[in-house]
Amino acid sequence: MDTVEKIVEDFASDIAMGPFSSGTRLRDMIRAIRACKTAAEERAVVRRECAEIREAIGENQQEIRHRNMAKLMFIHMLGYPTHFGQMECLKLIAAAGYPEKRIGYLGLMLLLDERQEVLMLVTNSLKQDLNHSNQFIVGLALCALGNICSAEMARDLSPEVERLMRSREVNTKKKAALCAIRIVRKVPDLAENFMGLASSLLKEKHHGILISAVQLCTELCKASKDALEYLRKNCVEGLVRILRDVSNSSYAPEYDVAGISDPFLHIRVLKLMRILGQGDADCSEYMNDILAQVATKNESNKNAANAILYECVQTIMGIEATSGLRVLAINILGRFLSNRDNNIRYVALNMLMRAITVDTQAVQRHRTTILECVKDADASIRKRALELVFLLVNDTNVKPLTKELVDYLDSADPDFKEDLTAKICSIVEKFSQEKLWYLDQMFKVLSLAGNHVKDDVWHALVVVISNASELQGYSVRLLYMALQAFVDQGSLVRVAVWCIGEYGEMLVNNVGMLQGEEPITVTESDAVDAVQLALNRYSADVTTRAMCLVALLKLSSRFPSTSERIKQIVSQNKKNIVLELQQRSIEFSSIIQRHQSIRPSLLERMPALDEASYLLRRASATQATLAADKPTPAVTPGGLKLPNGVAKPATSPLVDLLDLSSDDVPAITTASTTTAPNDFLQDLLGIGGISSSPAAAPSSASTDILIDLLSIGSSPSQNGPPAADSTPAQAITELFKINVPDTKPVSTISQVGAIVPEATDLLSSLSSSTSVSGTKSAPAVPQDMDLLDGLPSNTSVSGLVNHSSITAFQSATLKINFDFKKQPEKPHETTVHATFTNLTSSSYTDFVFQAAVPKFIQLRLDPASGNIVPASGNGSVTQGFSVTNNQHGQKPLAMRIRMSYKVNGEDRLEQGQVSNFPAGL
Amino acid sequence: MIQAVMVMSTQGKPRLLKFYSYQPPEKHQDLVRGVFQCMPDSVSNFVKVDAIFGPGAKLVYKHLATLYFVFVFDSSENELAVLDLVQVFVETLDRCFKNVCELDIVFNFNKLHTILDEMILGGQVIETSSEQIMRSVEEIARLEKQSNTTSLIPKSISERFSR
Repeated sequence: MDTVEKIVEDFASDIAMGPFSSGTRLRDMIRAIRACKTAAEERAVVRRECAEIREAIGENQQEIRHRNMAKLMFIHMLGYPTHFGQMECLKLIAAAGYPEKRIGYLGLMLLLDERQEVLMLVTNSLKQDLNHSNQFIVGLALCALGNICSAEMARDLSPEVERLMRSREVNTKKKAALCAIRIVRKVPDLAENFMGLASSLLKEKHHGILISAVQLCTELCKASKDALEYLRKNCVEGLVRILRDVSNSSYAPEYDVAGISDPFLHIRVLKLMRILGQGDADCSEYMNDILAQVATKNESNKNAANAILYECVQTIMGIEATSGLRVLAINILGRFLSNRDNNIRYVALNMLMRAITVDTQAVQRHRTTILECVKDADASIRKRALELVFLLVNDTNVKPLTKELVDYLDSADPDFKEDLTAKICSIVEKFSQEKLWYLDQMFKVLSLAGNHVKDDVWHALVVVISNASELQGYSVRLLYMALQAFVDQGSLVRVAVWCIGEYGEMLVNNVGMLQGEEPITVTESDAVDAVQLALNRYSADVTTRAMCLVALLKLSSRFPSTSERIKQIVSQNKKNIVLELQQRSIEFSSIIQRHQSIRPSLLERMPALDEASYLLRRASATQATLAADKPTPAVTPGGLKLPNGVAKPATSPLVDLLDLSSDDVPAITTASTTTAPNDFLQDLLGIGGISSSPAAAPSSASTDILIDLLSIGSSPSQNGPPAADSTPAQAITELFKINVPDTKPVSTISQVGAIVPEATDLLSSLSSSTSVSGTKSAPAVPQDMDLLDGLPSNTSVSGLVNHSSITAFQSATLKINFDFKKQPEKPHETTVHATFTNLTSSSYTDFVFQAAVPKFIQLRLDPASGNIVPASGNGSVTQGFSVTNNQHGQKPLAMRIRMSYKVNGEDRLEQGQVSNFPAGL
Repeated sequence: MIQAVMVMSTQGKPRLLKFYSYQPPEKHQDLVRGVFQCMPDSVSNFVKVDAIFGPGAKLVYKHLATLYFVFVFDSSENELAVLDLVQVFVETLDRCFKNVCELDIVFNFNKLHTILDEMILGGQVIETSSEQIMRSVEEIARLEKQSNTTSLIPKSISERFSR
């Protein structure tokens, strides 16, 4: 800090003011800031400097004004607020001297932006400077205008810019042309003023002007259709000439980059040609020759030449080129792929990905080169190449391609394995013509990269195995052998253990041998060994262990001779610290010990899992967002009716939104159809909800039939040891009890249970017990949540009194209307019908509406009609909800709302408060 | 169009920031941090930065000595050409400062801005010849020197003498 003190006192160095360093004080400040060792020190220095600058501003010290501005720019770059200096910029710009003006304009561009009103004040100074006799001052003004001009300024100053485009000075001309780009972008209507000027600039010789003019033409084409037509007529010829001149010119040292003459001009011209030639056969025809020339001429390993080639390829792909030219273009990309430069391989892959839609055949020819790129050292290239390979796969080449990829899996980078396995799996699933091949590939992937396989992939595999009755024996034997070799691969272990549990006897007796399969000798105790090993392995997680326990239980009935041993293994886990495992082992050992009579039927092989419904759920899972999906009608195959949505307490974000005071806790609900489909199989095995939070548990639990199937085993209320409290069924009721106090019960759970095939006697006892508890302990499931049949809620309510509707929320982008209905006999209840309308021109996806109310109000949201709000009010999304005002007549309704959605993949969030509810609700 | 030009040290300290599409000032430091974090993880000089700058945005970076030169641009630009543009920018700096080093850039950041303004305007390239750029910059420096000697220095000196 000493140095800082010194610097503060040191005023003597002011005098030496070189160009660009406006006094040594700026240097000293930078030095002081650089000398700071901690962020706090730096803040102190900056604070002190800012205070001094403010003081100087207050005293209106002119001679150090521009030095202060330079400092402010530095401070701004470091991320400190500098808005207090904005007016100083304007003063500097209005000053007469060049250095002041220069710093003033720099400051203007950095510290201000087009959204600030201060900017309006600068229009006049800009106008004066644009008319200045000194071309450098004109240059400054043009530069500032080109960087920050607003729509109003564009209208005001457009005549000046037009005039300057005709100026004789090269510098002024090119800057004015670029300024025009900004003007046209802000006010597209002005495009036609610049059309003629722009095309006449194309006749210039100076490269800088040409570049600017070509860019201006490109922008004009984007801004107006008329301009596009005009330029198509008037400047294609000129462009071809420019391109010919620049590619034939022997040597232009000034614009030379690595021996290639002016690549930038090349590229800009090619880009403009692309826009002009798109969808216009005549223009394209005219360009064919020169494009072919450029594509063949620039043969070199220089970056600049490749940049031109790359742009040329893009243009050929973009316009209506001849097929010969297209093949030429794709071959260039093929050559790029074997280039040593990473950047070039990268762009080539990107381009091929787009080219695949134009000409798949030509891209297929480079398949081997692309496959090599999957093995590249560069992560970004690998990723792209893999995506490209994925696009190239078809029925004919799937087998060799998959083989290559699977072979590479062994040596792949660990980070890359996850992507690679995901892609292999989806290729295999998409193109599997025969189940045997699919299983073989999946087993290979699991063995090589079992730890990187996503859950849904192995879940799908299990579903397939359970359906392929002729391949079950083959699978279990192969998996058993794989398990011996690759004990570390998590998902391999799970699948193998599951199969051994289900199809253990096929393993031991070599049932269902395929042709050419070697018989193996596995004894019953070998099978138990394998599972026990997996159970006791230190790296196994809870899910795997739980699956091992289930497998052991099943084996105990398949192989009665091992029953005693299994009983021991299971009871070792009775003291496990993980509750789930503990509970399971206690329940299982009681099955083994006490329920010999029902054990065989209880532990029968699983019925074939419903493939169609699994695929459906998986598909919806991949699309699924957090909440408020469409109310998917209950999953139907096999006559099953599953409740698909449950009210689920929303979590913290909404709570934050309400800035809670402790005594006013709001009741929050979110309409959700969380089905946790990924957990399908986990639930199936009864493992669901171990790791999930209590709030999430009921949603997965109640959704799944099969959890009940296994809870039979635990059947808590009957033989249940103390663990009874934590069974899912009761957890649901508990949760509902908390959530929705005054609703009439619907016996969801018993319905669900009753439909499950097999093991009926046991089930019925269980389901009756749960349904009893359902009705008694919890008047639980929400009234007309339509969990089961998806009926629109309004139909069930009759005799409603209509209230007027209100506009609950309106912003520039979104409008929400509420319509109210009321039953006369229930004054405190109101049914609200919300309509969401999109006011912008791009549609919203993943739209989620959330609402929160004070404590004395209860709110229940129904699922929305959709999660996509179409653009510009073309249709809307509706969502019903009902509110119950417990202090009806004393306090009015109030509500906070929040809407989250995506526009072009970008997350948006809007929130607001609705306080204009009609009186008397 | 080019959306931003950044020069930052290998520690992630900004040395030059210039945004051609509006970014709220309070977000600047986050952007710098975001860009800095996404750079070293790949070997090619291109990085997709959709998450930071919106759909289609990419950046090209060049690592020279202790500095990263970063150009952020949208899908309408040619990646390889922008890489060349970075090269032109660096060459110009080199000519300007005679073997440019980080300190030159720290202390002369507003000269850097002047150079950049001669090269890129409103996100579009004006000039790609470093010789032409140098000529304009030298002209500006001369102009500045002139007015400094005539108007500014005498004032501050006279004030000092009168104290």
